Amino acid sequence: MDAFRRTSGRGVRARFDAPEAVLLRSLIEQVVDLLTDPDAPPPGTPGTHAAPETPGPSGTPAPPGAAGAIGPAGESLDPGTPGVPTVADLEAMLGMSGTAQAPEDPALARLLPDAYRDDPDAAGEFRRFTEQSLRSAKQESARIVLDTLPADGGPVKLSGEQAQSWLRALNDVRLALGVRLGVTEEFEEQWQELDPVDPRSAAFEVYAWLGGVQESLVQALT
Amino acid sequence: MSVAPSEVELPESGERTKPDKPWLTIVWNDPINLMDYVTYVFQTVFNYSKPKATKLMLDVHHKGKAVVAAGARESMEHNVEVLHGYGLWATVSSDS
Repeated sequence: MDAFRRTSGRGVRARFDAPEAVLLRSLIEQVVDLLTDPDAPPPGTPGTHAAPETPGPSGTPAPPGAAGAIGPAGESLDPGTPGVPTVADLEAMLGMSGTAQAPEDPALARLLPDAYRDDPDAAGEFRRFTEQSLRSAKQESARIVLDTLPADGGPVKLSGEQAQSWLRALNDVRLALGVRLGVTEEFEEQWQELDPVDPRSAAFEVYAWLGGVQESLVQALT
Repeated sequence: MSVAPSEVELPESGERTKPDKPWLTIVWNDPINLMDYVTYVFQTVFNYSKPKATKLMLDVHHKGKAVVAAGARESMEHNVEVLHGYGLWATVSSDS
């Protein structure tokens, strides 16, 4: 990859090799899947629980070491009653997730953290009103990466706004992967202690690479 | 002389007349977010200078957390929403 550089104006550009583009797109798609609320109806079609358009992580070809690294474990969609909006549908239309509970999956919980540390009631209330929009915003950032990163690699040119979406989406991938790997402040040591044939070693390499991509984008923007 | 209607509850003095209690936006340390990234987010979200943003980032890193903003509860909740969008581990707290 060629690191991010500032272009004339407020934009940035970089170049990704094909395997890098395939890898990054796969990871981003896994985060989109992870963020998809199984209780929420597809946008714009309340009451019709259509099958999701995007294939699950298992349907996405991923390079070794990245397959299923982030995405959710198998989940079933409740078909519900066609044509009858549920309370969850209505709450989704109002931008409320309807849930006051933090996600059980630690990676998802890290992407959607509690806003109050020692006040579960306030944390639950805040989550009811904001979690759905936070999920949507993160998925939108992810989609902007997928829209601007050619599937077979090549140049990436971003406006200042698109660069912000890239920053947030890259960070979400690093958060989800970092939680899955149990990354600590002693990340380098953790990586070195792994047997090179341990599959986690490849995932640590991906995690380190993502950090480099993000660092290069931050440098280009400052 | 008239008797005050007993069913009307008057606001407890002191609670509603007190000026808005200050609320805080706190960012907590985590092992994943990069130091340069956190500094950049503080500059972007709060329009802080690079030295101020860097000092706050180092406070988060070394002390485990830092107060990055103070004010009305609504604006602290807005800050936390924005910071969660950037993946920072942020919370709202009352200043007590």
